[in-house]
Amino acid sequence: MIQADLSVILPEIILALFAMGALLGAVYTTKDKLAPTLVWATAGLMIALAIYIASQPAGTNIAFNGMFVDDGFARFAKAAILVAAAIVLMIGQEYMARRDMLRFEYPILIALSAVGMMMMVSAGDLMALYMGLELQSLALYVVAALRRDSAKSTEAGLKYFVLGALSSGLLLYGASLVYGFAGTTKFAGIITVAEHGHVTIGLLFGLVFLISGLAFKVSAAPFHMWTPDVYEGAPTPVTAFFATAPKVAAMGLFARVLFDAFGGAIADWQQVIAVLSVLSMFLGAIAAIGQRDIKRLMAYSSIAHMGYALIGLAAGTEQGIAAMLTYMVIYVTMNVGTFAFILMLEKDGKPVTDISALNQFASRAPGKALAVLILLFSLAGVPPMLGFFAKFGVWQAGIEAELTTLVIASAIASVIGAFYYLRIVFFMYFGEENGEVETNGSPILSVALTVSAALMLVGLVYQFGIDSAAASAAATLVK
Amino acid sequence: MIGLEHYLTVAATLFVIGIFGLFLNRKNVIILLMSIELMLLAVNINLVAFSSFLGDLVGQVFTLFVLTVAAAEAAIGLAILVCFFRNRGTIAVEDINVMKG
Repeated sequence: MIQADLSVILPEIILALFAMGALLGAVYTTKDKLAPTLVWATAGLMIALAIYIASQPAGTNIAFNGMFVDDGFARFAKAAILVAAAIVLMIGQEYMARRDMLRFEYPILIALSAVGMMMMVSAGDLMALYMGLELQSLALYVVAALRRDSAKSTEAGLKYFVLGALSSGLLLYGASLVYGFAGTTKFAGIITVAEHGHVTIGLLFGLVFLISGLAFKVSAAPFHMWTPDVYEGAPTPVTAFFATAPKVAAMGLFARVLFDAFGGAIADWQQVIAVLSVLSMFLGAIAAIGQRDIKRLMAYSSIAHMGYALIGLAAGTEQGIAAMLTYMVIYVTMNVGTFAFILMLEKDGKPVTDISALNQFASRAPGKALAVLILLFSLAGVPPMLGFFAKFGVWQAGIEAELTTLVIASAIASVIGAFYYLRIVFFMYFGEENGEVETNGSPILSVALTVSAALMLVGLVYQFGIDSAAASAAATLVK
Repeated sequence: MIGLEHYLTVAATLFVIGIFGLFLNRKNVIILLMSIELMLLAVNINLVAFSSFLGDLVGQVFTLFVLTVAAAEAAIGLAILVCFFRNRGTIAVEDINVMKG
C-alpha cells in the first residue's frame, strides 16, 4: 500500500530529496562556488522529471487515501511547471553570476517551490492544497528578497510576504468553513455534498474565501496589489520565474479546486470567476499604460493575461479547461522570450528597465528587435501570432458556454492593452535618437529569445501536440 | 451552554480583527506579523470547533499543520524584516515606499 503511494509521488520525492541533499552538500563544501553547478543540475533534473512525468501511461492514480491525485491534468501541469522552471533557471544563471548574486540557495529554493507547485496541482484534499501552496509561497518569499543588500529587493520580499500571508489566511479561513459545512476535507467528499442547489450558505462563504485566496496567488484583480511592486523589486531572473511557473501552478490549483471539489455547483462560482476575469483584463490593460519600467509593465501584462486565462475557467466546460491550459503554455513561452530580452538589456554593465532606453533599438540590433516585435505582437494578441490563437481558444470556449458579454469585454480590453505593447515597438523602430541601451549576455538568452519568437510563428502550423495533450488533460479533470 | 456558533463567532471576530490590523495599522511591521498570526489562530479555533462538533479528528490534524506552517511563516517573515531593516534602518509601515505605482 505505502509502496504504491510512494511510487505515485516519486517525482516529488526525488526533487525534494535533491533539494535537501544539495543544501547539505553546498553548506558543507564550497557554498556559493557550487551555485552554477547546482543551477545546471537542478535544471537538468527538472527536465528529466518532466520527461518522466510526460511519458507516464494515461490513467488516474490516487495516493494517500485521496490526498494526492495523479491524473492527466496534474501530469500536464507538472510537465509545464518543471520545464518553465528549468528554462528560467538556465536563462537567469549568467545574469546573476555577473552581478554577484548567484547564491547556492537560489536553485535549491526554486526546486523546493517547484515541489510545492507539483503538490498544488495534484492536491486531492484541503490539507494537501494548503501544504503545497505554503511550500511554494514560503520559498518564493525568500527568493523575492534574494538580494539582501538591496532596499528594493527586500521591500519586494516584505510586501510579497505580508500580502501572501494575508491571502493564505483568507484561503485557510475558507478551507475551515468548507471543512465544517461539508464535514470533510477531501475533494471527493466535498463534491458529493456541494451539488447544485444544495450549497449551503456556510459552504458558499467558504468557497468565496477559497476563491479570494487563490485569486491572490494568480494575481487576478482586485487581489493584484502585490504584483507590480514584487515584479519591479525582485531581481530580474526571479521576476521571470514569478511570471511563469507559479502562474501555471496557481491556475492548475484553481481549476483543481473548482472542478474536483465544487464541480457540481458550477453556477455558484461561474459569476465570481467571470467578475475576477473582467476586472483583471481591464486593470491590466489600463494601469499598464502609464508605466515606464518594463518589469512593472510585464506585471500588469501578467494580470491581464490571467484575466484571459480565467475566461476558460469561467466557461466551466472541458473545452474551457483545455483552452485555459493551452493559454498558459503559450503565455509561459511568450514570457520566457520577453524576459530573456529584458535580462539582456544593460548600460555600462548595469541592468536597464526603462522603456524609453529602447529608442531606436532596431537600428542597432535589427535581429533582436524583430524577435521582440513578434513576441510583443503575440502578447498583444495581434492575429497572425500564436498569442491571438490562445485568446481565440478561450473566447471560443466562452461563447459556447454562453458568456458572450465576458468575451466581448475581453476583446475590448485586449484592444486597449495592445496600446502599451505597440508603444514599445514604436520606441524600438521609430523612437528618438537617444536610445542608449546595449544588449549583453550569454548566448542562451539569444537562443531563448529567438526560439520563443520562432515558436510564435511555427505554432501556427505545428503545435507539438500541446493542444491535443491539453484536451486530454482537461478531459480527466472535467467529468 | 456554549455551542458551535459561539466558537465560530469568536473565530470570525478574531479573523476580522486580524484583517483590520493588517490594513489600518500605520505603525510598524511587527504588528502586521501579529495580525497575520491572529488570523491563522482564528482559523485554528474554527477548525477545532468544527472537529469537535463533527466528531471528526481531521480538523485537529489540520490545526497541527497550520500551527507548524505558521511558525515557519513567522520565521521567514522576521528574516525578511531583518534584511529590510539593515537596508533601510526602519521598520515603520509608511517607510515601505521605495516602489510606488
